[in-house]
Amino acid sequence: MDLSVPGIGWRYPPAPGRGPRAAAAVLALALLPLTSAADTASAPAAILPTGPADAATPARMRLVSQEQYFNSLGYVFGPDISVPAHFAPFRRTDGLLASGSASAGVTLAQMQEFQRTARSLAEQVVSPANRDYLVPCRPRDAVRADRDCAREFLLPVGRLLFRRPVDEPTADAVVAKSAAAADQLHDFYGGLAVALEGLLMAPQALFVVDRTEPDPARPGYGRLDAYSLASRLSFFLWNAAPDEELLRAAQKGELATPEGRAKTVDRMLASPRLETGMRAFFDDMLRFDDLAVLAKDPGIYPVFGAETLADAREQTLRTLIDHLIVRRHDYRDLFTTRETFITPALAVIYGVAAAPGWNAYASPADSPRAGLLTQVSFLAGHAHPGRSSPTLRGKALRELLLCQTVPRPPPNVDFSLLEDANSRLRTARERLDLHQSNPVCAGCHKITDPIGLAFEQFDGAGQYRATERGAAIDASGVLDGRKFDDLAGLSATMREHPQLSACLVRRVYGWATGGPTQPADKPVLEWLGAEFAADGYRLPDLLRTIALSSAFATVREAAPAAAAGGGAP
Amino acid sequence: MIRSAKLARLSRRRVLKGMLNGAAVTVGLPLLDCMLSDSGRALASGAPLPIRFVTWFWGLGGNASVFVPKKTGADYDLPEELQALERVRQHVNVYTNFNAFRDSAPNLCHYTGWIVCRSGAAPIASEDKPGETIDVIIARTIGRALRFPTVMVTANGDMRTSFSYENANSVNAAEPSPLNLYTRIFGPDYQDPNADGFTPSPIVMARRSVLSGVLDQTRELASVVGAADRARLDQYFTGLRDLERQFDQQLTKPEPIAACHKVDPPGPDPRSGIDADVVALRHRQLTDLMVMALVCDQTRVFNMAYSAAFASTIKPGYEKPHHTTTHEEPIDKETGYQPIASWFARRAMEEWAYFVEAFARVREGDGTLLDNTLIYASTDTNWARIHSIDGIPMFTAGRAGGRVRTGLHVDGGGTAATRVGYTALKVLGVDAASWGTKSNSTSSEVSEVLA
Repeated sequence: MDLSVPGIGWRYPPAPGRGPRAAAAVLALALLPLTSAADTASAPAAILPTGPADAATPARMRLVSQEQYFNSLGYVFGPDISVPAHFAPFRRTDGLLASGSASAGVTLAQMQEFQRTARSLAEQVVSPANRDYLVPCRPRDAVRADRDCAREFLLPVGRLLFRRPVDEPTADAVVAKSAAAADQLHDFYGGLAVALEGLLMAPQALFVVDRTEPDPARPGYGRLDAYSLASRLSFFLWNAAPDEELLRAAQKGELATPEGRAKTVDRMLASPRLETGMRAFFDDMLRFDDLAVLAKDPGIYPVFGAETLADAREQTLRTLIDHLIVRRHDYRDLFTTRETFITPALAVIYGVAAAPGWNAYASPADSPRAGLLTQVSFLAGHAHPGRSSPTLRGKALRELLLCQTVPRPPPNVDFSLLEDANSRLRTARERLDLHQSNPVCAGCHKITDPIGLAFEQFDGAGQYRATERGAAIDASGVLDGRKFDDLAGLSATMREHPQLSACLVRRVYGWATGGPTQPADKPVLEWLGAEFAADGYRLPDLLRTIALSSAFATVREAAPAAAAGGGAP
Repeated sequence: MIRSAKLARLSRRRVLKGMLNGAAVTVGLPLLDCMLSDSGRALASGAPLPIRFVTWFWGLGGNASVFVPKKTGADYDLPEELQALERVRQHVNVYTNFNAFRDSAPNLCHYTGWIVCRSGAAPIASEDKPGETIDVIIARTIGRALRFPTVMVTANGDMRTSFSYENANSVNAAEPSPLNLYTRIFGPDYQDPNADGFTPSPIVMARRSVLSGVLDQTRELASVVGAADRARLDQYFTGLRDLERQFDQQLTKPEPIAACHKVDPPGPDPRSGIDADVVALRHRQLTDLMVMALVCDQTRVFNMAYSAAFASTIKPGYEKPHHTTTHEEPIDKETGYQPIASWFARRAMEEWAYFVEAFARVREGDGTLLDNTLIYASTDTNWARIHSIDGIPMFTAGRAGGRVRTGLHVDGGGTAATRVGYTALKVLGVDAASWGTKSNSTSSEVSEVLA
């Protein structure tokens, strides 16, 4: 099976979880010996990051996101098992939707959505088309209960969905419910579907609960138990529940040793599933959820359609994955790299030609296109439907990439001179100078506009332009004391900005640990920043450092002790 | 009313309980020729026609000089921006000169106003969502046992545009797709109340049974988390209980409803985009579906968002969206208002008129669906240009079963905007001595509109 990504040249090996037949193999993993990437992964590096000894995170209870839910099910049942779903988005917290999962509640409407989704998924899994692959046994009689066969299916599935073994009382109850339903419905598979529906909407499946235990090596400290650590690793790196191999490592106690944890982390970093995780992370960090509802006025930008928008999002994600993961390049170079990927829809915006599909593309040395800031996702994503917006672009640069906060505008200001029909103000710079002269506005606009104006040579659709209303565009500016002449200069300045990498570290740490960063995290963030720099600003190294840090597995406050055996979460 | 409805359901369940004993059966319950009592205000069973509560939201208010009627009381005039209401004026009450109070909290642009009108409290930060929204409160009284206690739909294509929440971390995501909405309400789970026969689904019984196991697991999980997370699990647990109730209802033969008829799928969703035309198309499709969802008693509470508070609706060919226009467009010296911003407000009012008319078109009992509904419409600002929340305009429409007078313009005299919401709470039977916090707290209904 060729699973290469066009344009990137990264060829994935066939992996479990791709198609029902492969998924059937996944379900059998609990019973079969493993031969997998773990056996071929490189040996752990000799130096194991630990970081500040007293760094820790709270024990959290996260609600799984829709993407995590389906990524996890894709592993268990294969990607063909899928239904349209509309889980409520989380509240963006500390820059990430994912961090909102640590406080998200479940409304009744959301509960209904979980139930509808679970029912449709369960029906698909046991449907005549799939049951032969996904159910590892045959009932003795298809119109009656068969507890043994039900158990053989439900327990491994429950283990994967709950991310830990299903304890015996729960297992017995689930199998009994399945049997009762099968007899009632005169349909073994109907009973199985109903029981699976219950598993899919169980709190253990929907909430990722950090279970803790005392750290025997450090009296007075708590740590995640093995299965919770496995889940934290998996959602961090893959944005999905642990695979069978990771659960087995947890079961064997391998994650409790530095060597065992490093071996597991290296296997996970080498997996193609890392791309899934990092795509999700950057999609969240760059607020690409906004792109899903962005619209441009076709009358003003006739070249910009829905396809352009989808391709713009994909372009940036491909660039990120190729640059950071595949090539292991310096994160800062993303802001100056001329290498990216384009499609015909993007080529129109770029003013070049492109073959159908995705094409590797390197902009010429004299092209103004270089780096993430010149990509359509940023330029068009932070602009109005019918014009550019220096203020929105400057705000996005500061908030998304530098983790700064731009204050909300004051309620009572008059912007109308910006559009005075009799005005001689032709360029955005001239218009925005009004903000600078108005003391009410100046405070905030001094933060956004001097950098936002650097983008003005790109219109609201991301197309290059040298003039606006016949006047030459001056794209010079200053970012935190450093002057530049144009967007290329701003990008180069961004590359050297100390908060650029610090911001990424903060966001990745929040993503990794499942919640917002806190003031107490300052020492560990500083340590991670130094490690990131020492490693040449390479993302995989940062991921590894976080995953192997003491803080990652240490909990600030130990929650009540888990039941022995960790069966029912 | 609620008590009577419950008795009616219990009675049917009692009948069906014997029939359900073990096997699936089909119970023939013919559709009656006349399902209404002689009064036309009650079903044949004696249960009164249900009263519904609906909200409608439009962003960025209007231009007061051409929005606020000069005349108060009945037969109010329709200034330019309200011209579209001509055909529904007799059904609509206009509320002006009511204030949203922020007290010591900041005026959070395009946020404080709508939060006050929907929750009764001023937020202290942009992520703050105090209390719970009025639809959630009312749904707890009149909609809990229905398939959908409350529904949030939005015409702007963005599921994040929601004006319904239980708390800051529990927002009811909006449904932006007419096709999805159709599937959710009238798809495979829909029980046609007028179907000739009724077969209690054994699989629903099985599903209900499985839920009890999930409830047990939730109890166990609650023992290993901290207090804040336990509260979240409690919420989840409550949701499971509500699902149980809904399963119970699915096992009950629904009472025939004369006005309810088969709804055809709406076809492919409108193209993506937020220009005023496509927003209007989406708004009308969603409205028509939700109206029939009410008639068929799938829900008694829902919220429609015509736009977001930061409405980014587009006027084709004009470079700025609605929100930016309200801030940057100069005031026309002759007319005294912002002409393009006013264009957006007028388009919103055209849809408000469509919305009200959609309820008025449906015959129900001896009146219309609108007669048995109270619609509460609110916005985020009075004058969006300066984010003013004083004099924030509101509307209601419908008579709520005869409890509300319509066709009136009420001048609030600078009193709390929450009085309109409080009136809605009382009219819908919520036992509330007051509503709102600090200066927004009120126990004073808008008596002018009470019948």
